[in-house]
Amino acid sequence: MSYIIPLIILFILTYGYIKGVKVYEVFVEGAKEGLQITYRIFPYIAAMLLAVGMLRKSGGLDFILYILSPVTNIMGIPKEVMPLVIMKPLSGSGALGVLADILKREGADSFAGIVASTIMSSTETIFYTITIYFGSIGIKNIRHTLAAALIADLAGVIGAVIICTILFK
Amino acid sequence: MINKIWFFMIAMAVAFAATSGKLALLNDEIFNSLKTSVELALGLIGGMVLWCGVLKVAEKSGLVDKLSLLIRPVLRLIFNELPSKGNAMGAMVMNMTSNMLGLGNAATPMGLKAMDELQKLNTKKDVATNAMCLFLVINAAPPQFIPATVLSLRSSMGSANPGIIILPALINSMLALTTGIIACKLLERTTGGSR
Repeated sequence: MSYIIPLIILFILTYGYIKGVKVYEVFVEGAKEGLQITYRIFPYIAAMLLAVGMLRKSGGLDFILYILSPVTNIMGIPKEVMPLVIMKPLSGSGALGVLADILKREGADSFAGIVASTIMSSTETIFYTITIYFGSIGIKNIRHTLAAALIADLAGVIGAVIICTILFK
Repeated sequence: MINKIWFFMIAMAVAFAATSGKLALLNDEIFNSLKTSVELALGLIGGMVLWCGVLKVAEKSGLVDKLSLLIRPVLRLIFNELPSKGNAMGAMVMNMTSNMLGLGNAATPMGLKAMDELQKLNTKKDVATNAMCLFLVINAAPPQFIPATVLSLRSSMGSANPGIIILPALINSMLALTTGIIACKLLERTTGGSR
């Protein structure tokens, strides 16, 4: 699987080259945006790493995970991943901070690290999106949106555990 | 919401540390976690520069438009109640395409545009239509070919193989998406409202 990233890059660059795109200049142009994005999200990540770090060190996180353990045990979710499961629907940048914390502590290639990365890549910040999207056009009654979106999110969490168990355990 | 949660996390941490005599440890942790975030950001820059650069090439070469041609028929099938050539469909296709490539910056404006267009077709202006609910649910689990931030984060955290999660994540979001769409189609009958 380690060839997947070089192949994606080669494919996109070759396609661009054939289509006459100035690949080097355009790449640098995009890279500048990448730099700006990192610059912009850094304060959010720092704020969330601070809060998660403090909560973990104080024993507060263990307490929350202990309360949630009956639920996580039934669904087979590794408990290290739970902070991300809670944070992801609420805040994208917050979730990124939580994911960073999990990857650092458990290791990026550990089972928990892989499940967390999969959840992060396949679900979205639904509360935020619903608020912004409906708010922008003045919808008051959102009907079944939240319920269905939460079902999709939950399916994403349980699915990630099952798929990663099959592939990596 | 996030303000409350963040405040609660910090307040709870201090309260827990105070009752168990761990305040000195907590003090160290504050500066440790800030140091971690700086190291993290430095690693993150590398990955983000790479992926945003590559994706810019994909955008300029028309590869993004090609992908949207693939997505259109799928969306047409799911949104069978909508006119297949309207502005709403166009904006939703672009939103979906941007999401699939992890271009979050482009996805939100196109998503808002799509909501605007869907609202024009709405007869009860303060009640969501079936199409709106479905569109939001699709946005809850968009399949991503290149989850750029996660890949960057994984490599900055010393992963031997950052890309190992791409395929499982793709399969997973397809499953989550299908579940969400089915749930949405079933629930829409129970919540009334219009097309």
